[in-house]
Amino acid sequence: MRFVDEFRDADKAHALAARITELCEPGRQYKFMEVCGGHTHTIYKHGLEDYLPEAITLVHGPGCPVCVIPMGRVDDAIHLASQPDTIMTSFGDMMRVPGSQGSFFDAKAAGTDIRMVYSPLDSLKIARKNPDKRVVFMAIGFETTTPSTAMTLLRARAEGLENFSVFCNHVTIIPAIKAILDSPDLRLDGFIGPGHVSTVIGCRPYEFIAAGYGKPVVVAGFEPLDILQSIYMLMVQLSEGRCEVENQYTRVVPWDGNLAALTAINQVMELRPYFEWRGLGFITHSAMRLREEYRAFDAEVLFNVPGVRVADPKACQCGEVLKGVLKPWECKVFGTACTPETPIGTCMVSPEGACAAYYNYGRMNRRRVVEVEVGRP
Amino acid sequence: MSERGASWVDEALREHEEHTAAEHTAAVDQAAEHGAAEQGAAEHGTGGRPGSPSDREQQVLDRIDRARRRRPRIREERITMSHGAGGKATHTLIEAVFLDAFRNPLLEPLEDAAQLQVGGARLALTTDSYVVSPLFFPGGNIGDLAVNGTVNDLAVSGATPLYLSAGFVLEEGFPVADLTTIVASMTAAAAAAGVQVVTGDTKVVERGKADGCYINTAGVGVVEHDLAMGAATARPGDVVIVSGPVGDHGVTIMLARGELDIEADLTSDTAAMNGMIAGLLGAVPGVRAMRDATRGGVATILNEVAVAAGVGVVVKEDQIPVRAQVRGAAELLGIDPMYVASEGRMVAIVDGEQADRAMAALRAHPLGEQAAVIGHITADSPGIVLLKTAFGGTRIVDLLVGDPLPRIC
Repeated sequence: MRFVDEFRDADKAHALAARITELCEPGRQYKFMEVCGGHTHTIYKHGLEDYLPEAITLVHGPGCPVCVIPMGRVDDAIHLASQPDTIMTSFGDMMRVPGSQGSFFDAKAAGTDIRMVYSPLDSLKIARKNPDKRVVFMAIGFETTTPSTAMTLLRARAEGLENFSVFCNHVTIIPAIKAILDSPDLRLDGFIGPGHVSTVIGCRPYEFIAAGYGKPVVVAGFEPLDILQSIYMLMVQLSEGRCEVENQYTRVVPWDGNLAALTAINQVMELRPYFEWRGLGFITHSAMRLREEYRAFDAEVLFNVPGVRVADPKACQCGEVLKGVLKPWECKVFGTACTPETPIGTCMVSPEGACAAYYNYGRMNRRRVVEVEVGRP
Repeated sequence: MSERGASWVDEALREHEEHTAAEHTAAVDQAAEHGAAEQGAAEHGTGGRPGSPSDREQQVLDRIDRARRRRPRIREERITMSHGAGGKATHTLIEAVFLDAFRNPLLEPLEDAAQLQVGGARLALTTDSYVVSPLFFPGGNIGDLAVNGTVNDLAVSGATPLYLSAGFVLEEGFPVADLTTIVASMTAAAAAAGVQVVTGDTKVVERGKADGCYINTAGVGVVEHDLAMGAATARPGDVVIVSGPVGDHGVTIMLARGELDIEADLTSDTAAMNGMIAGLLGAVPGVRAMRDATRGGVATILNEVAVAAGVGVVVKEDQIPVRAQVRGAAELLGIDPMYVASEGRMVAIVDGEQADRAMAALRAHPLGEQAAVIGHITADSPGIVLLKTAFGGTRIVDLLVGDPLPRIC
């Protein structure tokens, strides 16, 4: 398949891996955080860690949109969905996220009308087709998905749709990275920057990481060779004593981001004073809400949202996993009480969650898996 | 709303703690049995003491392995779409509700068809219901799907399919012309497969109580050889073969729903495989097991084999035949073709020594022209399916959780 296979070429991977290994200083350990859950997924799905020397550890970051949704927010959404004559729409990833009383799937099985959509614009279609129902889109995601919600709202307003609203849970990546940098638990040597978020916000917002915290950042694409190359670029920076923001994903990410998308977001949304993140607690200016002018489309204004707060179960260590302090398997309930079919923590739900990726793809001891080759032709 | 608290979480955690405590007690008892002499050695040796991260990781993996072997329990209060997806939830439902209630030696192997000794004959019996949406799709409709699916369930159990039943649940208002088309397809499919529909049933429900037309078929076949086949008979050294490109049916159905605005030149692979399978069984006595790769796809079958036989399965991603259209659509949608349903493809586990003969026999049939050896059975990592990725890494292929494609058949 063109434009995909080129970025999964095993020969090129071997060559890059050799150059990465050459750059490792003897006796030094390197820890890089891939901020984005999409990267975590790629790393596990393609078995990328097999290429890395033991001196390099990848730490999985907080950039999984589903993983950072606190339980209370899911309860709120299910409460909204349970109102009479209401259709709730959301992305497929949200369907299995556990609230305190169960997930969207459970609510759906109990009779609530919750539908999976591939784009927020599909929610508009549903709203047009069902004028006697109220359609609420549960919006989640980082800057990657925020513009599509913004565009949907702009269109809804232009059309004068009266039965459509948004339950806004959009979050922003920079405050989360800052929270991790300020956390005393973790020592990192550099960041693999989020590719899709950067198509919107560009590379400049990461400059504080290099300038203020002395950590190099390489914004990376989502194919396995992209990630391997960005690790190589980080190693080159470290070996040359440089500390900069670099862009590996130049085929998609413009240095200054996407001005049209940023303008759309800005027209419709503004920063919340604070927002609760699963496992990380309240982070100031870390999420978006609809502007005053879009009140008519804001589910939090239109409906009486209970604002449920549910403390994370004590045994669940999502916060530590999201911050990269714990490896998924180091969580006390990993794989036993908390599994992809009955997830307690959000990291176990989304395919982009570190725990789900490890459980579904990496649940083996790499050091002990003998190199097994497929035999006969 | 919040009075009940996170009760199911509490329950899961309590259960977890009980098991952990029980395992701890067992470990202590075991240590006591081994006596003090060995204990000293273990402390200095490399044995299972918590030491390096690799050892600790191994302990966690062992714990997970034990947890996965526990008797499955249904936590949900209601049936969700996942219970029909052919993945983990389906397995849990079957084992915790159906197998638990109906338990008998004929049902227990959970193969595609039950093997019955009746008089002097060995019969195979199977049943399957069809709820595919849409009813008509490129390459077929619910009618030929219902015939081929049941014929295939008999054929992969090593039986020669003979007779089928057909039960219809029709929704008030369903066009008779559509029903006639569906039944004509069933007739043609039955003729092609060499079976007869010999009994049937019709029910009509009020508008809105069903989605047009559902079909149930049951099938009887006769087993004419004395091979002891079954997923549990797979052993190290066997090869894993798929009979052709996987995932055509699932992707065709998904695109036929028209919700995705993706177009591809693709048709369902629905077909009766009994002819191809008869050729294989005639040429190769070392066929250990066959399964048709329907819901849950190739990945699910490989997991069933790994667990049933207590073996490891290693497959190579770049050996698995997948059409470019299927790969492309799956890539766009973030799904793995290994989990996507086919309706005319099977996975066969064959004695490694007879791999070449098996491939020749399959390729001699039009349905098996693109058959491929995709991997082998190993004694390492029992119960686990490992994939060598095209990129060159290694990862696990687990049972599917959730349902990306409901009502595929």
